[in-house]
Amino acid sequence: MSIDMAQFHQVFFEESFENLEVMESGLLNLDMGDVNSEEINTIFRGAHSIKGGSGTFGFTGVSNFTHLMETLLDEMRDGRRKVTQSAITVLLGAVDCLREMLLAIQNEQEVDANAIDSYRKSLETELNHVNHSGASDASPVTRDIQAHQPIEPLSNQAQGWHIAFSPHLHLMKTGNDPIRIFRELGTLGELEVTVDLQGLPSIYNLDPEECYLSWELRVTGAIEFSDIEGIFDWVEDDCDMAFQSYSDKNALANQSDQTDLISVAGLASELVPVDVSSLPASLSIVSAVEKPVEQVLEPAKNSSTTTEDNRATVKGSNSIRVDTAKIDTLINMVGELVITQSMLSLIGEHFDLTKLDHLKNGLAQLERHTRELQESVMNIRMLPVSFVFSRFPRLTHDLSAKLGKKIELKLVGEHTEVDKTVVELISDPLVHLVRNSLDHGIELPDERRAAGKPEVGRVTLEAYHRGGNIVIEVRDDGRGLNKDKLKAKAIEKGLIDKDASLTDKQIYELIFMPGFSTAEQLTDISGRGVGMDVVRRNIQALGGNIEIISELGKGSTIAIHLPLTLAILDGQSVAVGDETYIVPLVSIIESINVTDKMLNRVAGKGETFRLRGDYLPIVRMHQIFDIKTARAKKLTEGLMVVVEGQGMRCGLFVDDLLGQQQVVIKSLESNYRRVEGVSGATILGDGSVALILDIPGLVRLSNQ
Amino acid sequence: MTNVNQTEVSEQKIAEQFLTFQLADDSYGVEILKVQEIRGWEPVRIIPNTPSFVKGALNLRGTVVPIIDLRERFGMPVVEYTPVTVVIVLYVDNADSSYVVGIVADTVSDVMDIKLSDIKKAPDLGSQIDTRYMRGMYVCKQGMIMLLDIDKLLNPQEFSELSKVV
Repeated sequence: MSIDMAQFHQVFFEESFENLEVMESGLLNLDMGDVNSEEINTIFRGAHSIKGGSGTFGFTGVSNFTHLMETLLDEMRDGRRKVTQSAITVLLGAVDCLREMLLAIQNEQEVDANAIDSYRKSLETELNHVNHSGASDASPVTRDIQAHQPIEPLSNQAQGWHIAFSPHLHLMKTGNDPIRIFRELGTLGELEVTVDLQGLPSIYNLDPEECYLSWELRVTGAIEFSDIEGIFDWVEDDCDMAFQSYSDKNALANQSDQTDLISVAGLASELVPVDVSSLPASLSIVSAVEKPVEQVLEPAKNSSTTTEDNRATVKGSNSIRVDTAKIDTLINMVGELVITQSMLSLIGEHFDLTKLDHLKNGLAQLERHTRELQESVMNIRMLPVSFVFSRFPRLTHDLSAKLGKKIELKLVGEHTEVDKTVVELISDPLVHLVRNSLDHGIELPDERRAAGKPEVGRVTLEAYHRGGNIVIEVRDDGRGLNKDKLKAKAIEKGLIDKDASLTDKQIYELIFMPGFSTAEQLTDISGRGVGMDVVRRNIQALGGNIEIISELGKGSTIAIHLPLTLAILDGQSVAVGDETYIVPLVSIIESINVTDKMLNRVAGKGETFRLRGDYLPIVRMHQIFDIKTARAKKLTEGLMVVVEGQGMRCGLFVDDLLGQQQVVIKSLESNYRRVEGVSGATILGDGSVALILDIPGLVRLSNQ
Repeated sequence: MTNVNQTEVSEQKIAEQFLTFQLADDSYGVEILKVQEIRGWEPVRIIPNTPSFVKGALNLRGTVVPIIDLRERFGMPVVEYTPVTVVIVLYVDNADSSYVVGIVADTVSDVMDIKLSDIKKAPDLGSQIDTRYMRGMYVCKQGMIMLLDIDKLLNPQEFSELSKVV
């Protein structure tokens, strides 16, 4: 009986990514030095489930790697190791590395072995780096060694290592090959290998897949123990090993005999509880801490960019996790609906006018149930914005370190729920905005102090509902936007006239203009990748808008307004001849009857009308869509719907307004193709199709 | 064992069922497996800026389906729609996606079993007339039936190119 494991892979990946997120946020919340075991437990559990899962599915690379993390976390949990900044950085790096490994497996790509190796090395270095205060809890043997061993002379004096390596019979079946180990040892220094043939059976009893040999190895060179241990890491459980550094003859001589040869692996089962990982470290490196920490920081820095690249590629998976309670309500609702339906059909069977009241009641019930059903189905697609927000603590942590700023990130209202599509599409623009705030908004500590502000800058991400919209705000108390500078730049780039008088709002709008990136702002953190114009375009594509409020020296707020869902839209239906169109309510400013006095013909530029001092272009719907049945041909006969799209206002000339209603958006593209000026279709109450107008598209169309 | 399989395969391939319909005086046929349903004509919603043979969009139980007038598509004289005018709803498979498209026909005539060996290649009518959309011809008592290659004929992506030509 074989079960196709592949069918569970997706679930495993999803769970693992969730676990990684839990671990990441847990790590960021860890208080330095102060061990909250519950917090560490959570992280540990995350690592453990990933290890277990990956083991089950045969992703050995992942499980081995996780094992290292687990060991480190385990020591922290037991209080044997202090929680230090370097440890956390290493673990965060390891989380990144795990994510990359999982992504690579998921996308069936090659894993970048070098990157993983560097992470593993840093993990190992961290593992080997013993914390003195923590070590007090370690086994007596360790303490014994430390007592005998002054720390300084041990640091880097090893001239070479003597290794006794006798693998268990099954070593080669685990996919390890001694040759490879020796080769790798050879890269560290000069290697002398002596083989012991004693275990070799006669040729008749020889199983070619088993390993009968054992070796004595001698590596010469200033090699750190962790490097050697790293090489043997994979076979640790499948062999007996003993390490001895032969340089420290003096140091070793001072020690008691028992520590002359310390057997490392396979000790777990021995009588004396030896702390395997801390023990050899005490022998070799203690004071050489600073260098490894630097090494550790390096991959962590690089990682933030690479993981983001990867994130973009995996958006393909389209499943959603739903709270069971939500599904239960849904099933309840469907039950109710079925009951109402059978009640109605009962009334219909023998209908006479005496049952009219029943019928009306039934219909009212039906309406209520349908609406509730609709709401709860929509609810299933709703996810808390914390799905997006959760990546920002990490981003802030990494960036503030990189920029040398002190920044505190505050998340407010992360439980606000939004449609899944919105959540997915909003995350990239939001990352850009937060980066901008961190990079350009918040000043360096010195600068802040000089300005009389607290050294720690504060960036707030807040989400809340307002009307039928969700508002996401990125607030910072940084330097704010400099209006004069912005304006000067815009004039310099020829984006505005020299003597144009602009309102504050219009000046802030400038940063959304394509090509408006001031060179001095350009750093490698922001100023590359998507520009603000792209951010705005993305948000507008979602049917939302973006606004900026800023005060020089006090900070800026960028608010994104988004519709709660992309599946349903508040629409105004308008009539043009026999046709009915839906105009998204968000884009309508007002509807007016125009008089002759308001009309203007601009030579060569078509028709405009004047509205409170502004001249707005007119888009004649019947012309642009070529509708011959249109009743109103003269502009004074019909209605002008003033709409706004992508910062442009114009008047849509239609026959009449019909009514407001919520419409379910249907794709026209799924069975047909994209039509200019139309963003989709919907089905009206009478079962007929109505097209939803795409306002920016219409404006473009009318300009052609 | 292999013999049985072979006969099965060849049996399947021997004949196919075609739905035939009339446009003016001509008969046309489409593979019956491509047909989702046949319905009477009902008014549709005009889709702006599309070729004139795209009559509009219809609500088919919640999906929006474009309706194409084959007469106009083939450049035949347009007639008023009558109570017997039908819309044949078809599945159209494209290289990477599938669509549901309706075509307007004068009447639906019959379902016929047509042996594949009886299908004649579409005649080469010179470069003036495009026979790409034809799968072949079938001659029977009733006359000649033109078998259409729906996937090529009703590819929505090609409509825009066509509209430039028309």
